[in-house]
Amino acid sequence: MKYLDEYRDQDAAQKLAAAIAQTATRPWVIMEVCGGQTHTIVKYGIDAILPPDIELVHGPGCPVCVTCLEMIDRAHAIASRPDVIFCSFGDMLRVPGSHGDLLQVKSRGGDVRIVYSPLDAVNLAAANPTKKVVFFAIGFETTAPPNAMAVWLAKKRKLTNFSVLVSHVLVPPSMTAILQSPGNRVQAFLGPGHVCTVMGNSEYEPIARHYGVPIVVTGFEPLDMLEGILWTVRQLEAGEAKVENQYSRAVRDDGNLASRKLIEDVFEICDRKWRGVGLIPKSGFKLRYEYRDHDAERIFEVSDIETHESSECISGTILRGLKKPHDCPAFGKTCTPQTPLGATMVSAEGACAAYYAYGRHLTLTSEVRIRKSKSDGATTDRHVTVGS
Amino acid sequence: MCLGIPGKVVKTYREHDVLMGKVDFSGVLKQVCLEHVPDVQLGQYVLVHVGFALSKIDEDEAEKVFEFLRGMDQLDELEVPSPDVGPP
Repeated sequence: MKYLDEYRDQDAAQKLAAAIAQTATRPWVIMEVCGGQTHTIVKYGIDAILPPDIELVHGPGCPVCVTCLEMIDRAHAIASRPDVIFCSFGDMLRVPGSHGDLLQVKSRGGDVRIVYSPLDAVNLAAANPTKKVVFFAIGFETTAPPNAMAVWLAKKRKLTNFSVLVSHVLVPPSMTAILQSPGNRVQAFLGPGHVCTVMGNSEYEPIARHYGVPIVVTGFEPLDMLEGILWTVRQLEAGEAKVENQYSRAVRDDGNLASRKLIEDVFEICDRKWRGVGLIPKSGFKLRYEYRDHDAERIFEVSDIETHESSECISGTILRGLKKPHDCPAFGKTCTPQTPLGATMVSAEGACAAYYAYGRHLTLTSEVRIRKSKSDGATTDRHVTVGS
Repeated sequence: MCLGIPGKVVKTYREHDVLMGKVDFSGVLKQVCLEHVPDVQLGQYVLVHVGFALSKIDEDEAEKVFEFLRGMDQLDELEVPSPDVGPP
């Protein structure tokens, strides 16, 4: 496929990895923010071809993973109503709430449907005027334009039976929260390429400047990621901390101005609770007052819900880059994609699900073992190959 | 979740006063909202996320990593190890 296949060339990847090895003179910890990038790293074994001193830690950029439990439970309460058609992206269906997941709501008779686009949900509302069609509007800034377009279009088409349950989150405040957290190890970021196609790069400049961290806005294919890592390591070695744009084929400095204007018209910034992380001030979007007639939280009055989180799941520390999936005693044992304890095991972009999908619950690489031994001061048996 | 797939615009039309189009993803045609890439031409590539085009792919910029790699070839000073672990 054009603009995909050519960025997956193995020889070119090895050249970039060699350039990284020649550039790096000491250990560096780099966080890829976006879950899509985590998936690429694990799928293509990018961490395995890097020099051992370059450690990639996986960030909070998986909206399915960080959607807070209260919001999942609200979704379940709404989806259980007989007058509702509840629409969602497929990833959300298996995310565990306090009492099961959306698939179980569906099995009990709830009309839960997977849609490819929020605009499909708008058309569903037009086709089902006697039903209340609710779309679960989760996502980072990347998904804000299509979700905003759905609400804007529903209002324009006077579809009063269409509403959205909004749980939007924003990347820059989460990066700031990670940098401010005790025990932070992150020294540089691969910035979220698709978020920046919408929002541009300027939001990241104050973060790079204030915290002294390089931020390289990076694409999602193996060559993109290796080039992004190379640029990041160059900055780290030179003592620089600036924003660079590796993903210039898709990202303009100002982002997409039409998308930013629509977001501004439909949403306003709010405090948002992140699953496993907690409340981050000004880290989300909610609907503006002008769109209150399409606000599912207001329409269905589901704000007062008591939640129950699994005590075993350590996804919060994984999302902050403090631990890796195999540090969790439940990983691959009581917690698998079939029986997930936390959302990082559900979404394909969740670090736990990515590690599981590519067999890392069976064979931990020597590279991981070496890093662990460095951080612990000694290699421990449980970090050596387990299982087969 | 923030998945973005490049596809070629093969048709444009308006629906409910919004610019829409058919986009070809290696033979799979999908309906895509093009409202935020209003000057897109037929045959151009757009980056699509959940049925919505976020940006046009810039052909010149898309070449840059390969220009960089060709530059590395000319320098010919990098020792590329033969990998025992690598991408599938």
